[in-house]
Amino acid sequence: MITLQHYLIVSAALFSLGMLGILTRRNAVNVLMGVELVLNSANLNLVAFSRFGSGNLQGQLFAVFVIVIAAAEVAVALAIVLTLYRLRRTSNLDAADILRG
Amino acid sequence: MNAEAAVFYVFGAITVLSAAVVVLARSLIYSAFALLFTFFGVAGLYVLLGADFLAATQLLIYVGGILVLLLFGVMLTHKLYDLDLRSEVTQFLAGIIVASGLFVIVIFVAVRTQWATGPGRPPSVTTAEVGRLFMGQYLLPFEAASILLLVALMGAAMIVRRRRDA
Repeated sequence: MITLQHYLIVSAALFSLGMLGILTRRNAVNVLMGVELVLNSANLNLVAFSRFGSGNLQGQLFAVFVIVIAAAEVAVALAIVLTLYRLRRTSNLDAADILRG
Repeated sequence: MNAEAAVFYVFGAITVLSAAVVVLARSLIYSAFALLFTFFGVAGLYVLLGADFLAATQLLIYVGGILVLLLFGVMLTHKLYDLDLRSEVTQFLAGIIVASGLFVIVIFVAVRTQWATGPGRPPSVTTAEVGRLFMGQYLLPFEAASILLLVALMGAAMIVRRRRDA
């Protein structure tokens, strides 16, 4: 019998792995992949609570909004990464220190 | 072990293992293609949770849109003769400590809490009802999301545009 906790554990693993990617990677595109993992884990939680909770669809609707915002976020973030690459010839996040005083 | 449990463990293993490859792989291309399997695994879990519309959306937008965009990002920010496409790793030990600490805390909360589970939702076709909710009760957030998408895409195009006068 698969319960809510099973899904929460998978989601926790996804979240922690995404966090590890965000913390340890220096390449901007790789950090974005970590952010996607975290957003996916949140979505998995929303859908799981929608399935095992009071039985309405609101969790799924919220997950659709999360997917929309993830798409917008990736588009803008990649635009910034491309501009950084043009400026510094690298996508290493440590090179983005132009604003540092 | 019944069929549902077997399918859950298969998709859960695909999701978690490929997410680990995304995070730990040396090459950016390996990470990107492992991310494909993560998205497929999560879509399979959505199907198992009775969210058929969301699973299709996940495949269309994540695999068809976001993953392709990320691959473009990998290709455009590296020189073409730069074959190994390595990604630097820093603070690995500290990252492992923070991430595993978070994992333990979240697992502890997830297992120990008495979740207020209700009657639940038997798996059924959701597309019609999702559409009805979007066009009715959640019309305002729906329109706001469409404006957000428009603004974000226009902003992205503006940011990467090469200026003529520069």
